[in-house]
Amino acid sequence: MEMMDTLLLSRIQFAANISFHILFPTITIALGWVLVFFKWRYARTSDQVWMDAYFFWVKVFALSFAMGVVSGITMSFQFGTNWPGFMESVGNIAGPLLAYEIMTAFFMEAVFLGIMLFGFSRVPGWAHTGATVLVAVGTTMSTFWILVLNSWMHTPQGFEMRDGVAYATDWFAIIFNPSMPYRLAHVLLASGLTVGFLIAGMSALRWVMGERSAEVRKSLRLGVIMGAAIIPVQIYAGDMHGLNTLEYQPAKVAAMEGNWETQGNVPLLLFALPDEDARENRFEIGIPSGASLILTHRLDGEVPGLNDFVAEDGTILHPPVNAVFWSFRVMVGTGMAMLALSWAALFLMRRGRGIEGLPRPVLWAFMPMAFSGWLATLAGWYTTEIGRQPWLVTGVLSTDAAVGDVAPALVASTLVAYLMIYGALLVAYVSVLVYLARRKAKGGTAPVAGRPVSGAIQSIPAE
Amino acid sequence: MTLFGDPAVWLPVVFAALMGLSILIYVVLDGFDLGVGILTPLGNEAEKDRMVASIGPFWDANETWLVMAVGLLLVAFPAAHGTILTALYLPVAIMLIGLILRGTAFEFRAKVALPKKNAWNVAFFAGSIMTSMAQGYMLGLYVMGLDNSWTSQAFALLTAVFLTVGYSFIGACWLILKAEGELQLKAVRWARGGIWGVVLGVGAISLATPLVSTRIWERWFSIPEFFLLAPLPLMSAALILGIWVVLRRLPTANDSFAWLPFAGASALFVLAFTGLAYSFYPYVVPEKLTIYAAASAPESLMIILVGALIVIPVIAGYSALAYYIFRGKARDLRYD
Ligand code: HDD
Ligand code: HEM
Ligand code: HEM
Repeated sequence: MEMMDTLLLSRIQFAANISFHILFPTITIALGWVLVFFKWRYARTSDQVWMDAYFFWVKVFALSFAMGVVSGITMSFQFGTNWPGFMESVGNIAGPLLAYEIMTAFFMEAVFLGIMLFGFSRVPGWAHTGATVLVAVGTTMSTFWILVLNSWMHTPQGFEMRDGVAYATDWFAIIFNPSMPYRLAHVLLASGLTVGFLIAGMSALRWVMGERSAEVRKSLRLGVIMGAAIIPVQIYAGDMHGLNTLEYQPAKVAAMEGNWETQGNVPLLLFALPDEDARENRFEIGIPSGASLILTHRLDGEVPGLNDFVAEDGTILHPPVNAVFWSFRVMVGTGMAMLALSWAALFLMRRGRGIEGLPRPVLWAFMPMAFSGWLATLAGWYTTEIGRQPWLVTGVLSTDAAVGDVAPALVASTLVAYLMIYGALLVAYVSVLVYLARRKAKGGTAPVAGRPVSGAIQSIPAE
Repeated sequence: MTLFGDPAVWLPVVFAALMGLSILIYVVLDGFDLGVGILTPLGNEAEKDRMVASIGPFWDANETWLVMAVGLLLVAFPAAHGTILTALYLPVAIMLIGLILRGTAFEFRAKVALPKKNAWNVAFFAGSIMTSMAQGYMLGLYVMGLDNSWTSQAFALLTAVFLTVGYSFIGACWLILKAEGELQLKAVRWARGGIWGVVLGVGAISLATPLVSTRIWERWFSIPEFFLLAPLPLMSAALILGIWVVLRRLPTANDSFAWLPFAGASALFVLAFTGLAYSFYPYVVPEKLTIYAAASAPESLMIILVGALIVIPVIAGYSALAYYIFRGKARDLRYD
């Protein structure tokens, strides 16, 4: 019982910490490349508006980055404080992957971040752009390594077990494990979407508050275009990802679809209340044969059912159904909302006169959608991670075997402390974003479109 | 394959050395920027900004050495990693919360409206002191063999205070190097006060360590080890004396020698660390687990080592570049 409580509390604590952490990487990964884009456009056009955009968004980047760093440091200690069994059994594989992340990504990001943020007047323009590129490369590398590890936990291969400890036999197989390419693509695209909608949302806020600078126009356009361009790709990538999961983690797909019996002509459920005790769904509303069609590309294709994953003695070997089922729908639903809004805006902007063509309700809709990327990303991770339960490493290590022997009261107290701090920081973060937008909207009302740039020969002024 | 002998023997030593090196680099680098954080309440508003500016471009990379150290513990000595971190559960959590407060305060204090800035200044200070106290406490418990008796706790509280003083001292030395005018004068005064705390701290730990462990007593107080090790305390004493003399003469008219206290303080940290490392080798969990028993599979360590040998020089190179770019007196931190 004691251990059970520690297990539950440790899971909540880990989930809380990683959920908080991922909010900021999803922003910094793509925003780093957007900053590179701004600098590149400025170098090409010498139009000051790109530097204005750069200096506005670099503030958001710096803030998000700091939030990512401090919560990430917490993450790396959690393995030891709460999940000692994880490293003890799969440390030979997780270890080198984490080490490579630290060595090839964290240091590079951290060092060049200083130069990127504060070095503008100290280094030549090319070196500053170089630092910006290296920071973006760093965050992307970091994503690569951590997702290799995470994907390996979902679809492990390239190792052998000796006395309960995993030993690597084939590093190529470990790194290029079956779900890695799909997960990496899906997460990078998710980051692009998060940033696209954040830029669009904050720019819409500034626009509605009356700012009419060239910068806010360019930013709003960029955000809308990013969203509209990436979302179809994301939906396609998500579909491919699901097919891959069907092959390697069928129990997860069964939970996502809320399908109890392995059979053909499985409907695509739009709504249902899975009842895990009765092992059936209530209030089903679905598209006939939809799930079969999506997953097997045939109307009568067979889709795995949850009842296949119950042991003889009644032990349940599939993940909790409700959490996975609903997280998945929140993610896909958010994705659909993104598609609808960004394509509607694109259409209106083409027909009308650019931003001016956007009616107020559309602008207003972009504001809450500024955080739609966060919602979909969290929902997606919940689908993935809860869908892996009861395993920590599929088929190799169960979650309860990895938990540390720490008194429940101790875990509970640190959990409360983290939750309070994270709550306060989230409020502070969002209010600073709003504050930055308002200050910009109040200060930058003068139209600067077409403003000539003095001495526009050199791309970025040195010194 | 046996060119360098049995990797199962030398790899753990190499990784223990790498981990020790990361901790040492961390303690010196984040030590000075935590120290500056602890000193901020002593400066006025403009001085606070300048103090933060003096560490702004560096703190993130400095903290990465902590990630590196815990990462090496995690990857190279998984068995020890769990034991140590679960035993230190609470101080680790306090340190992490301190680091969170501090790291975010850096950004927030520069971006919020003025009235809120004060609250973030407090968070910056509180985070810095929580971090250093927690680290000192962990050091104390570690020295005492990670047991939870009252004497260990008391000793750990003592090391918590002394490490905080030590960080403030090296922080003040950093400010002597990076600040000018009134702030620099203040920093010299802080350093003059801090050096006495350092003397007490180094003394207390040096006395306590051999007393709590007979093994460590024998390592230090047997012949010939005693004479071979004598240079460590002697050099430390000479360094402290030297720093003290220099501090009395600073600041000089043309700002020469402003770098000396910081260099001296760093050297002092290195010596103290070497003494500690010698006391504990080859244990990674004091008296319980040696580095050999705790190490990962040699094949996995080898993979990391190959990467480390290529990457660490590169990291050193671009870190040096960053310090070079931001050399000289601290200026206001500006994005443009
Ligand atoms: C999809 C991307 C992603 C995911 C799933 C994670 N991280 Fe992360 N992490 C990043 C992407 C990232 C990043 C983009 O590289 C960050 C965010 C901001 C930053 O500084 O780098 C980062 C920062 C960051 C840092 C601070 C690095 C520094 O000092 O610069 C640490 C220690 C970690 N992370 C550790 C973890 C651990 C242990 C994770 C999993 C259990 C984890 N991260 C999940
Ligand atoms: C970044 C986005 C991520 C999110 C939002 C996330 C979320 C979660 C959630 C909600 C759980 C709890 C599942 C449950 O217990 O029912 C979990 C478990 C876990 N995840 Fe992730 N995860 C993420 C990424 C990762 C990565 C990259 C790793 C490791 C490389 C990882 C390692 C783990 C571990 C060790 C557990 C077991 C602890 C537990 O069950 O709570 N996660 N994660
Ligand atoms: C709309 C169509 C989408 C589909 C069909 C889809 C599909 C999927 C599937 C099947 C998974 C689970 C993979 C597994 O663990 O096996 C997943 C995970 C995830 N999704 Fe989506 N997704 C969609 C949209 C989005 C959007 C819009 C975002 C964010 C902006 C997003 C972010 C994520 C993230 C972060 C994960 C967890 C990481 C991973 O396993 O890839 N998804 N998605």
